[in-house]
Amino acid sequence: MSTNLTVEVVSPEKRVWSGEANMISARTLEGDIGVLPGHAPLLGVLVDGIVSIKVADGTSQEFNIHGGFISVSNNRVSILGESTD
Amino acid sequence: MGAQLRIYRRRMRSVKATKKITKAMELISASRIVKAQQRVAASSPYANELTRAVTAVATFSSTKHPLTTPSESPRRAAVLIITADRGMAGAYSNAAIKEGDQLVTALRERGLATEAYLVGRKAVNYYRFRSRKIAGSWTGFSDNPTYANAKEVSDALIAAFVEDAATVENGVDELHIVYTQFKSMITQIPEARRMLPLEVVESEAPSGLLPMYEFEPNAGEVLNSLLPRYVEARVFNAMLQSAASEHAARRRARRAMKSATDNADELIKSLTRLANAARQAEITQEISEIVGGADALASASAGSE
Repeated sequence: MSTNLTVEVVSPEKRVWSGEANMISARTLEGDIGVLPGHAPLLGVLVDGIVSIKVADGTSQEFNIHGGFISVSNNRVSILGESTD
Repeated sequence: MGAQLRIYRRRMRSVKATKKITKAMELISASRIVKAQQRVAASSPYANELTRAVTAVATFSSTKHPLTTPSESPRRAAVLIITADRGMAGAYSNAAIKEGDQLVTALRERGLATEAYLVGRKAVNYYRFRSRKIAGSWTGFSDNPTYANAKEVSDALIAAFVEDAATVENGVDELHIVYTQFKSMITQIPEARRMLPLEVVESEAPSGLLPMYEFEPNAGEVLNSLLPRYVEARVFNAMLQSAASEHAARRRARRAMKSATDNADELIKSLTRLANAARQAEITQEISEIVGGADALASASAGSE
């Protein structure tokens, strides 16, 4: 099993960020979730706020997502945001 | 100034003005088309991801959602037609309008009334000239649409869709979109698609099996917030493709502009020659009149002596 997540952060206008990550934490309508490699397929509605990504090289990335979704399948994570900065 | 000469001068002025316009059109949009294409490409990850997500929810959830379930007795349909704001783009706008007319005819045959939502001044003018009813129109961004523009248009469409067509004046049961698909620099095809109720088109559906998703909080909620985004993304994508097509069509018209400019040059040249000849003929005539008059005077005074 691959030990990393392949992550994409996309906005309607462009792909904002993509890369390998160890963990993602985000807040859905039901509460905070953390996504680790091997997570079950998930489709969730995000509340407006920060999504933070622990990048594989040890750094971390944060995105302010507005009107967004997270979709997870086969260690591929897509974070869609109407506006991302 | 002689009448003939004045007419030539006037024609030269008008040809020169035309030349200025065609020259300007020739220079526009060579670089813009590349930019427009890049924007289409840049927006596709988002659109693909959304399509995948919507397909997943629609496939796996058994929830009856108004946005995915066709109305049993549809009464009214909204048709969104995307055209250009400016002309000089060959048949680009007309092709989209015609496709829209065909769609409207087809919908009428099914017994549906149609509501026209128009993007681009060309479509608005077309409808206004024929005194057709316009439910909503947006102009001023056809060659460079932003996501905010797409959102504005989709909001109006979704609002009309959510209303019950049976009771509310401008509520609709179906959403259709007519845009110009950008296939390549040489091929752009006007296309009519149904957006809602959801109809996942074969070519757009992601390949491979969809995983069994967990939905958070639940399938209905996810669909609720996903579908407006989906419509926005579809409208945005259609607008971007149309913009790219518009630039490509204008570029093709540009070649026509090039020959128009050359023609104008040619015309000015021959008109200048004609005007010069007319001017010279006028001078010659004046001289011979003066000489003739002087001669007559001279012979008249010679006779009296």
